[in-house]
Amino acid sequence: MSAPIITVENLSKRYWIGHQAVLGEDHVHSEGLRHVLERALRSPAKLFSNKNHKPSGVEEFWALKDVGFEIKQGDVVGIIGRNGAGKSTLLKVLSRITEPTAGRIEIEGRIASLLEVGTGFHQELTGRENIFLNGAILGMSRVEIRRKFDEIVAFSEVEKFLDTPVKRYSSGMYVRLAFAVAAHLEPEILIVDEVLAVGDMAFQKKCLGKMQSVASSGRTIIFVSHNMGAVMGLCNRVVWLAGGRCHMVGPVREVADAYVATTSLQVERRTDLAKIVRYEMNIRAKLMSLEWLDGVPLKHGVPARIRIEVKFTGDVPDFRLSLGFSTMEGVRVATFDTDSDRGFTGASLGDGIQAFELVVDSLVLNPGLYMVDVMTRSGNDHELDTLRGAASMEVVSSESTPVHFFGKEPSVRLAGRWKAVNH
Amino acid sequence: MSQRLIIEAGRTERQYWRDLWRYRELFYFLAWRDLLVRYKQTAVGVLWSLIRPVLTMLALMLVVKFGKLPTGGVPGPLFVFAAMLPWQFFSTALSESGSSLVMNANLVSKIYFPRLVVPASSIMVCFVDFLISAVFLAGLMLFYGFVPPIQICLLPLMFLLALGASLGAGLWVAALMVKYRDFRFIVPFVVQFGVYASPVVLKTSIVPESYGLRFIYSLNPMVGVIDGFRWCLLGGQNTIYWPGFGASVLVVVFLVVTGIWYFRKTERTFADLI
Repeated sequence: MSAPIITVENLSKRYWIGHQAVLGEDHVHSEGLRHVLERALRSPAKLFSNKNHKPSGVEEFWALKDVGFEIKQGDVVGIIGRNGAGKSTLLKVLSRITEPTAGRIEIEGRIASLLEVGTGFHQELTGRENIFLNGAILGMSRVEIRRKFDEIVAFSEVEKFLDTPVKRYSSGMYVRLAFAVAAHLEPEILIVDEVLAVGDMAFQKKCLGKMQSVASSGRTIIFVSHNMGAVMGLCNRVVWLAGGRCHMVGPVREVADAYVATTSLQVERRTDLAKIVRYEMNIRAKLMSLEWLDGVPLKHGVPARIRIEVKFTGDVPDFRLSLGFSTMEGVRVATFDTDSDRGFTGASLGDGIQAFELVVDSLVLNPGLYMVDVMTRSGNDHELDTLRGAASMEVVSSESTPVHFFGKEPSVRLAGRWKAVNH
Repeated sequence: MSQRLIIEAGRTERQYWRDLWRYRELFYFLAWRDLLVRYKQTAVGVLWSLIRPVLTMLALMLVVKFGKLPTGGVPGPLFVFAAMLPWQFFSTALSESGSSLVMNANLVSKIYFPRLVVPASSIMVCFVDFLISAVFLAGLMLFYGFVPPIQICLLPLMFLLALGASLGAGLWVAALMVKYRDFRFIVPFVVQFGVYASPVVLKTSIVPESYGLRFIYSLNPMVGVIDGFRWCLLGGQNTIYWPGFGASVLVVVFLVVTGIWYFRKTERTFADLI
């Protein structure tokens, strides 16, 4: 148990960034065909000996620099970091999609990576055909797929549509089927990238459960996520990348606390939700932006106004919108839902961007750090766009916060009348 | 532990050929997918793989008829179709395998597997078309009451030559297209002109032997392949110009070897570029 199953030493990966943002290992790639031909005509011999001279007009960029860590068998390792910290590059190098520029990785055991749900799914093929195709792409053998076929189908809950081309599937069904195939991989090491950000809440829980059972069976998981709740619930160790370097490696609690402490400073007044990566393709009510009209951070006990923009395409009957506050561990503590406002009517909204404003008379959230979840629905059972941890928010104390309040625990502070009574 | 894997700069090579074997099922599945998908939502389906070469043959027959070109003593349709068989295979295989990596960009950028699987499996689809056309040619021979010569036993070898030419050229184009999408425009152009630069309607013997012209002509590997097919299928006056055939074989070998070499050399940057 004590020998590392994955050893990463001084791992570095360089990209060249050119004028036209062409990335490549060496500089030939950042040139057009015309330039290469021109150069070849001038001095043919040099064409094949260009390894060491510095490319002109391009800048080098180290996506990873001297990253090193060890993973032991049975570890569930979370990889966290901001956008551009090198998480995706690390996964790509680990799963051999791209080669490192320098450094060394030693891996013992069969490895499978899941960087995207439904890689290689073909729109024209049926669900049944896609299970086999996708399984083969993920590295399962035909025998293995056939053996697990029923289990996969049961997990995905799409039995009835097995012989329908997946292009006719709803995005939810598509994602469920894709995850079901991936979830039944049985490698010794599993690399997962953010795939839990898919499907509706119930299915997410199912996926998390599946990963947990994989983890508890002694296999090793490497898991990249923005969802700190999922990381904390699942992982026992965390690698924190920052600027392509290993910023911190250690037990989950330690690293996550340090990480949360720095990211909380990043509270923005307006968050662009449109650019968040979704796994669904045609979202009928897509969340576009989230804005705190009364400024940030929020203040406990005072009114707050929140503006959410939604882009509608197609018919959305009985539109609903909700905003939730969760702890950094992902536990929901407060929800503002259009359902509880009888005056709200979401009917007959045309195509285009529509803004909604939520007015809170008195914010009852305790001072502390929260993750903000936003969600659109159609009726009660059609989730359209769900963004968990779409933004982080800090609530600070105000005049109305009791002076003696000292705990900074994210929770709801409700008003009530207290009096001493005789017994 | 089942296996140990070491990832280092420039060392992914080690496990490559073993991996290629391990991923043979993926090869099979990708080919199966391409076959399944190919004629989805078409009215006549797989008939297309017959209609295309037959219509092309009819068009070329006009050229042969009105140009009064020699057919080596066999019926015109047989003469043309015997050449169409390898030519269609080569041209579709070249375009399919050439664009295969770019078409499968989502796989290349998200999953590890030996990239050679992709262009190789895309050729399988063309092989199926080839078989369908071959059956049609057999029917054509029956119709004309034509008995093929004994050399027909060597046809598989000739097919290997055609396969080599397609794979070699296809690998070059596939690898280059990842970097330079220019090849998306170059390939159809080459294929279009290739019909006339190869002896599809002509007999190679029309090209004069003086000044080594015919030898130079044979540096087009498809000259050797097509002549080989005609010789195997039709025989008679459709002889092989052996020095030229030898040259074609060498060019094919060269294409395959350098194609694999270049593909392997650039393969590890595919995911970054595609």
